[in-house]
Amino acid sequence: MRKAFKLDGEICANCAGKIQAGIEKLPGVNKASVNAMTLKFTLDAEDGAFDEALETSLKLFADIEPDCEVLV
Amino acid sequence: MNNKQKKKLRRIVVALAVFAVLEVLAVAGVFESLPYGLWIEFAAFLVPYLIAGYDVLRRAWHGIAHRQPFDENLLMSIATIGAFALVFFPDAEPHMAEGAAVMLFYQVGALFESYAVGKTRKSIADMMDIAPDYANVMQGGELMQVDPADVAVGDEIVVKVGERVPLDGVVVSGRSQLDTSALTGESVPRVVGEGASVASGCVNMTGVLTIRTTSAFENSTVSRILELVENASEKKARTENFISRFARVYTPVVVGLALAIAVFSPLAFGLPISESVKSALIFLVVSCPCALVISVPLSFFGGIGAASRSGILVKGSSYLEALAQVDTVAFDKTGTLTNGTFGVVAVHAGEGVDRDLLLSFAAHAEAYSDHPIALSVVASYAGTIDREKIAEVEEHGGQGVSARVDSHRVLIGNDALMRAEDIDVRNCHLVGTILHVAVDGEYLGHIIIADMMKDDAKEAIDGLHAAGVKKTVMLTGDREQAAAAVAAELGVDEYRAQLMPQDKVAQVEALLESHDGNGKVAFVGDGINDAPVLMRADVGIAMGGMGSDAAIEAADIVLMNDKPSQIARAIRIARKTLSIVKQNIVFALAVKVVIMILALPMIGIATMWLAVFGDVGVSVLAILNAMRCLRVRK
Repeated sequence: MRKAFKLDGEICANCAGKIQAGIEKLPGVNKASVNAMTLKFTLDAEDGAFDEALETSLKLFADIEPDCEVLV
Repeated sequence: MNNKQKKKLRRIVVALAVFAVLEVLAVAGVFESLPYGLWIEFAAFLVPYLIAGYDVLRRAWHGIAHRQPFDENLLMSIATIGAFALVFFPDAEPHMAEGAAVMLFYQVGALFESYAVGKTRKSIADMMDIAPDYANVMQGGELMQVDPADVAVGDEIVVKVGERVPLDGVVVSGRSQLDTSALTGESVPRVVGEGASVASGCVNMTGVLTIRTTSAFENSTVSRILELVENASEKKARTENFISRFARVYTPVVVGLALAIAVFSPLAFGLPISESVKSALIFLVVSCPCALVISVPLSFFGGIGAASRSGILVKGSSYLEALAQVDTVAFDKTGTLTNGTFGVVAVHAGEGVDRDLLLSFAAHAEAYSDHPIALSVVASYAGTIDREKIAEVEEHGGQGVSARVDSHRVLIGNDALMRAEDIDVRNCHLVGTILHVAVDGEYLGHIIIADMMKDDAKEAIDGLHAAGVKKTVMLTGDREQAAAAVAAELGVDEYRAQLMPQDKVAQVEALLESHDGNGKVAFVGDGINDAPVLMRADVGIAMGGMGSDAAIEAADIVLMNDKPSQIARAIRIARKTLSIVKQNIVFALAVKVVIMILALPMIGIATMWLAVFGDVGVSVLAILNAMRCLRVRK
C-alpha cells in the first residue's frame, strides 16, 4: 500500500533525510520519502505492516522534528 | 504568514519590549544602585530571554534526550546560557543583556528564514498548480462537477471557458483556443477544433469544448508531469549530498574547536578564562550550517521550478547539475531537429513557367493519392482543388502519377518515369525527393520534398554555441547526402549518417570516452530507438510533445514544446542555479571562517553580535540569493 501525507510546519532537509532513513529501515517498508521542499511524506509498505510502520513513522517525526506535524 | 509564524512574531515583540525597558534601566544605572543589583539584573534579563527563546531551549533538550544533539538549537542554547553564565566569573564583564539580545536576534532571523522559505515554496507550488479540481460530466441532462479521478476512459466531459482541461482527450464538438503555457511555456494559444487531441492542464480560453477522454486521471499528462516534478527533489545533486554530509562533520568539529579554545587557551597562553569562554561561544554561534543546509536545496528546487515554467521538466537536481557542465550535445535528426513530416521545401519552375501553375498541375494530379509525398504537395497548394477537372489518374508504382487535368496530360514523378516518356529533366542541387512535372510531354520544372526543419533548429544550434557548448553532433539514420545538407544548413559541428539504432549508442559512447575533463555529453532524441542512447548519455533530453513514452521515460530532461532551442535555455537555467549555489557556499563559509578567526582569543575583536550575523544574517542573505533561481528570463 502506498499513501501520501501532507506535512504541516517547517522541516529542514537534514531532519527530513534522517527521518526518511529511519523509516526505510522499518520492517515491511518498501520505500519512504520525506520531501522537505514539497512538504510531503510518502509511505510505501506491505499491506499487513502498513499501520504499524505509519505509527512508528509518526513517532520518528515527533522525535526528530517535533515542530513538523504529519496530517493523517 | 502562517499561525505558527504569527505566534512567534508576537512572542518576539513582547520580548523585545521587555528587553528595551530593562536595557534603559541598565544604562541609567538603576540596577547598580540596588543591593545585589547584579543578581537582580541577571534575573530581569532572563525574562525576555525565556520569552523569546524557550522553544529553542526546549528543542535543544529534546535533541539531547533523543540523541540527535548537534543542531542549531543546541548551539544557540549553549552560547546564550554561556553568556549569562559569565556573571559567575568575577573578573568578567557581565553579558546578560548580550545573551538575551543574541537569542532575540536569532529568533528574528529564524522567523524571517522560515517566512522566506515558505514564500519560495509557495511560489514554486503555484507555478506547478496545474492540477484540475473537477471535471464537468453530463448526468441525467445536467452538468455535474465530479472528481477527475472518477471519470472513466471514453466518457465525455465539458470544458467551459476559463476552465482547465482535466483529462487528456479528443475534441468531439466545439472550437476554442487553448492556453498551453502551463505545460509548454509557449505563450501563443493553440487553436483546436473537432478531432483535435488536447492535453490536460491546458486552459480553455474562448469556446466551450466537449471532449471524449482518452486516459484515466492517473495516466493523464497533468498527473505524469506532477509526479515527475514532485519526485525531482529526490534525485539529489552531488552538491546537495555534499552539503548534508559536510554539515554532519562540520558542526561537531566546530563544537570540538570551541571546547579546545575554552580549555586550552587559558592554560597555554595564560589568557583570562572569561575571554576564552567568550571566544568559544562565538565559535558555537557561527558554527551553524543552516545557511547551506537550507539555501542549497532551495536553489535547486527553484531552478527546477523555473525550468518547468518554461516547459522544461527536469527529473532531478542531479541532472540540473550535470546539464550545467554539458559541453557536447548530440542530436537525433528526425523529430528532434526536423519535424519528421514531409513538406515541400522548394518549387523550381523552368524558364517562362508560372510557379503557381506548376503547383496547381501537380496538386491536381496528386489529389487522389494518399501517399505522404502526394499529401504534402496538395497541402502546399494554396488554391482549391477542382476534382471535376481530374480524370484518368494512374499510379506508376514507386515512380509517380499520371493524370488528365482539364485537357492536359500531367506526368509527375521521378527520373525513371520521365525517362520512360522520353522527357529531359534538369537535376537539382537541393537534397530531398525530386518530383519532376511534365505537361503534354513538356518539362515544366520540379518540386523538392524533404523532411522539414523545425523553425528554431538553427536558433537552437546557435544558442548552444553561444552558451559555450563546444561541440554539436548530429546522429542520424538518414543518407549521407541528406545529413550533410542539414548539418551544413544548421551549422552543426559534426554529423554521422546512416547509423543503425545500436550505432547511436556506440557514437555517444565514443563521445563520452573521447571527452576529457569535467564536460558532460547530452543527447537529444525522441524515438523509441533513442531510449538506450538517452540512458547512456550523461544527460538525456527527450521531446515530450511528440516523443515516444519510452523516450520520455528514459530521459532525464523533457522538453514539453518539442523546441530544440529550449536546450540552450535549460543550460542557462542550470548554470545560473549552480552559480547561485556556489556563491552561497563560498559566501557562507568565508564569512564564518573570518568571524572564527576574529574570535580567536589572541585577536578577540569579534562580538556576539557579529556571530549572530554570521549565523542568521548569512542564512537570510543566502536564502534571498537562492530565491533568484526562480526568476526566468523570457
